[in-house]
Amino acid sequence: MVALEQKRPIKTSGAVAGDRRSLSRLLTGVLCAALALTMLLSLGWGAADETDVLAALFGDPTMRDEVIVWDIRMPRMLTGVLVGAALAVSGAVMQGLFRNPLADPGLVGVSAGAGFGAVSAIVLGGFLPAPVIAVVGHYLVPVAAFLGGWATTLLLYGIATRGGRTSVATMLLAGIALGALTGALTGLITYYATDDQLRDLTFWGMGSVAGASWAKFMASAPIILLTLIAAPFLARALNALALGEAAASHLGIDVQKMKRIAILTVAGSVGASVAVTGGIGFIGIVVPHLLRLVQGPDHRGLLVNAALLGGIILLLADAISRSIIAPAELPIGIVTAALGGPFFLWILLKNRNLVEM
Amino acid sequence: MIRSLILSAVCAMSLTPAYAEESYPDAKAIVSIGGPVTEILFALGAGERVVARDTTAQFPAAVMDLPDVGYMRRLSAEGVLSVGPDLIIARHTSGPPETLDLLRAASVPVVLVQDAFTGEAVSAAIRKVGSAIGEGKKAETLATEVEADLNQLAVDIADVAEKKRVMFILSNDGGRLNVAGRDTGAHGIITLAGGDNVMGPAFSGYKLLNDEAIIKAQPELILMMTGRGDHEGRAEEILALPAIASTPAGVNGAFQVIPGAALGFGPRTAAFARSLHDIIYDEKPVRH
Repeated sequence: MVALEQKRPIKTSGAVAGDRRSLSRLLTGVLCAALALTMLLSLGWGAADETDVLAALFGDPTMRDEVIVWDIRMPRMLTGVLVGAALAVSGAVMQGLFRNPLADPGLVGVSAGAGFGAVSAIVLGGFLPAPVIAVVGHYLVPVAAFLGGWATTLLLYGIATRGGRTSVATMLLAGIALGALTGALTGLITYYATDDQLRDLTFWGMGSVAGASWAKFMASAPIILLTLIAAPFLARALNALALGEAAASHLGIDVQKMKRIAILTVAGSVGASVAVTGGIGFIGIVVPHLLRLVQGPDHRGLLVNAALLGGIILLLADAISRSIIAPAELPIGIVTAALGGPFFLWILLKNRNLVEM
Repeated sequence: MIRSLILSAVCAMSLTPAYAEESYPDAKAIVSIGGPVTEILFALGAGERVVARDTTAQFPAAVMDLPDVGYMRRLSAEGVLSVGPDLIIARHTSGPPETLDLLRAASVPVVLVQDAFTGEAVSAAIRKVGSAIGEGKKAETLATEVEADLNQLAVDIADVAEKKRVMFILSNDGGRLNVAGRDTGAHGIITLAGGDNVMGPAFSGYKLLNDEAIIKAQPELILMMTGRGDHEGRAEEILALPAIASTPAGVNGAFQVIPGAALGFGPRTAAFARSLHDIIYDEKPVRH
């Protein structure tokens, strides 16, 4: 049986190899159109289905419809697109940087740090001095999550950098150690949480776009956009890095500079995303892999398409999360994992010989 | 942008405390958030006016037919608006705050009802809900009834020479016990019933307890909830745990259960407290 399997030629050439830039460009066009459609769907479809969306957008709406379309659906839709794009692009960049298909933004400590920040804010927020609370108000949790994620990544980066060179291996290992430490601190704080706070913690971990507001969108969008803009400029360097760090240097890539940009922008965008929506899993792994199977590993088209597909998938997941048990809402992290897991497995089994190298 | 300005203006207005009594007697489509609030609405005969409830509402049985807008601390603005409410009455811990702001922005009044695990909080909540829906008279009658029942109970408790030491176990996680401290519904109902919650002075909320701390606390009665965790032989199992066996409760086989609803403070609290009082001071030992 094994012998038979081995005799079958492994399909690594022909339709699979070669220059697929035109395919990638075609895909970009298709995804752009699909994203536009999904965005319209997201604005037009929700639990309050008798809402007159056209009137709210162009005409003279009632107060209720205006709030539903402009203050609930619009910031939610825009946040969903940006967060989906940020998670998918960050995943692709991390996989390129660590040259590991399983890498995700969690590797640079940003998720653990953000989780620790959020849990601290939920449980200990009440102990802050009144002036601080007056300034951050109910944005304490997102602010703390962002700062926690960012600080953890900076710390990891500092630990892994010696003599102007960042060791990816050290970063991985130190990341595990720091993850254990923040996990312990998070557990300690959780132990002292009240019942209400425990509920909040659990729901925070499952993620949701429901809390999106204009204020949160305005605060997170610039940071997330910065990463999305920086990512395509990393594409050539990430391609070179696939050959190894030494080879990339010989090709004229400033590897250290590239690592710094990649790590810091990923920490920024994932930190900002997680701050606004809580933990949303799987998009950072599923989206880049899906695209690589279709268009190959070239980062030039991959990063752009990952952003588009990430936005589409997050919006679709959000559409399910808000309609499946309406008028209540299912946390979106449950939807992305429940749909993403089996789908990813199916892709994996179907394309075994492409994945097993 | 203009919209977000409108929204923040509305939010700012909603932050200024409303000293005027909020009353909406014409409200026909009420969304009720929080089990006790829903119970009060139904007890005041306003059940017909309730169009949706949250996940925590379980009583009376009629509420189960109403649409569920989700867990009270994770409400979605669009979900709540989709049932077309003209009044939202909610426990003050409902949220998130962004959702409440959005609901107010959509010109749906939100009345927040303070709750705490005391008798005074129950009658205050009944009066607050009553005036919010324009049923002030009925609310006054109900609140006075609850107060009278609790006062009578307090008189009976005064006759008790020595308060019984009660320990409430929320759950048994393979021998590790999750026990009620102060600031819990269990602490509140035990206190109202005239018992002494042994873990009240020790900590706040529910905590997994160390075995030796239980032995040191010397509870005379173990109290648990009926419901999902309940099963044949549970009492014997709990009383045989090393931490419990040597305490007076373990030695005397003193184990009792109360309905889970007794932990939420609402119109039935006085009745629950009375029956718990009777249980505490007239309980029959479980054989083991």
